[in-house]
Amino acid sequence: MENGLVVQIEDVSFRYENENVLEHVSLTVPKGAFLGLVGPNGSGKSTLLKCVLGLLKPNSGRIFLFGEPIESFREWHRIGFVSQKANSFNRSFPATVEEVAASGLAAKRGLFRPLTNEDRRAVEAALAAVGLSGLAKRNIAELSGGQQQRVFIARALASKPDLLILDEPTVGVDARHVHEFYELLGDLNRRGLTLILVTHDIGTITDRVTDIACLNKRLYFHGKAEEFEHLGNEAISQFYGHPIHVLSHEHERAE
Amino acid sequence: MWEAIWQYEFLRNAFVAGVLTGFTAPLLGVFIVVRRLSLIADALSHVTLAGIAAGLLLGKAAPSAASWNPLYIGMGFSVVGSLFIEKLRAVYRHYEELAIPIVLSSGLGLSVIFISMANGFTTDLFSYLFGSVSAVSRADVWTAFAVAAAAAIVILTFYKELFLLSFDEEYARVSGVRTTWIHFLFIVLVALVIAASMRIVGVLLISSLMTLPVAASIRIAKSFKQVIGLSILFGELAVIAGLWAAYELDWAPGGTIVIAAVVILLFALGWKRGRQR
Repeated sequence: MENGLVVQIEDVSFRYENENVLEHVSLTVPKGAFLGLVGPNGSGKSTLLKCVLGLLKPNSGRIFLFGEPIESFREWHRIGFVSQKANSFNRSFPATVEEVAASGLAAKRGLFRPLTNEDRRAVEAALAAVGLSGLAKRNIAELSGGQQQRVFIARALASKPDLLILDEPTVGVDARHVHEFYELLGDLNRRGLTLILVTHDIGTITDRVTDIACLNKRLYFHGKAEEFEHLGNEAISQFYGHPIHVLSHEHERAE
Repeated sequence: MWEAIWQYEFLRNAFVAGVLTGFTAPLLGVFIVVRRLSLIADALSHVTLAGIAAGLLLGKAAPSAASWNPLYIGMGFSVVGSLFIEKLRAVYRHYEELAIPIVLSSGLGLSVIFISMANGFTTDLFSYLFGSVSAVSRADVWTAFAVAAAAAIVILTFYKELFLLSFDEEYARVSGVRTTWIHFLFIVLVALVIAASMRIVGVLLISSLMTLPVAASIRIAKSFKQVIGLSILFGELAVIAGLWAAYELDWAPGGTIVIAAVVILLFALGWKRGRQR
């Protein structure tokens, strides 16, 4: 039963062999939120994501997606995912932008179902949402890094998800395109899409997300982005384990 | 050649089996090449050879088994070999390519033992090594037909899953695609196609029919679907031109088909270069 919470993580712990990666993490993501999940490298961010995506099973604790226990959740098309590895795809793969975007419908269509006209319209709408309508027939290898990243977002949007999860999506994308990329995410969020953005770079996202969760095996902070900005560099340094001075990227917007 | 095809059944069989192979080998070859598993066909063809040698040996040792088609035993070996490759790829997660030489050398080792036990090469075995037009029986044609139909059905049914699995395996898993199961089905199909194609191009040349037409089409196709279409077209062109040239010039058909595929590849490379100027 849906309760207005898109993701509900209750007391989740995970260990790889003898190493604790996640310790008693509890976190909720309400509908319409834009959550920045931050933490240093090796803090368990990607592991927590994999648990939420059903790729790893926690050792203890429970996860609910749209109010449904993850064990019985089947509506995976409601979740779009842009992987950290998306940008390291086989660049000589002979596929068009349209074909890659349409592959995001695999979960929704099921077996024996070719593309319907409605599916084609969904792919066109997804490409339009990321500003790539004119490049649908181009080979994905011919696009710039920023454009390729947009194709992967279009693929995630093609199944009309209610939640979009992005794992370090700007790795390998140049600074100019990173700015455009965050503008696009903000726009999607304003249109009602719930977003979870995983990054190790706090400074880039503090003024772009609505909520922030700081993870370093345990959850150190979870609240509104404005509250996080009042925490101060000392508290953040303690959480990162070394001195940190958070720089806002607000100046980029003013340019 | 066309008059002779109508006249002689063995030529008709060779032609039909060739056309079926020209369809299935590149069709599966596309997914093999884009997943960078090109050498898998070589490994499985050598395992198939071990099965065929075992079948021939069995026929020699037990006259009651002489009527069995060694191709079916080759198919069994090929399927088991494909499962071993999968298992080894999981064991050597960071050295996945190791699975191929392990299975290839095991297949070759077994083949040599079985051949020596049968007191050396026989004409039959030679025809499996390099392909032989005259050796294609009606049963072989039906086997090739059944495998081609199975390949077409599997690719049509699981096209979007196979595409996603080839392009981005992690995303396929997140999307709820049963990647292990689909991959298993695909690799078994590859094993069957290799075994069924053995008669026409032979153990040593089958992998070229799975990769050369794809190598040519990747250079000029604009989309993944075009790569599939052009690969099949080039595969069929290579088979028909190769069989025709082999008949007219009295060359070995398996080798002539492969050289026809190489010529098509050279044309594709030249065409691409011409367009880039």
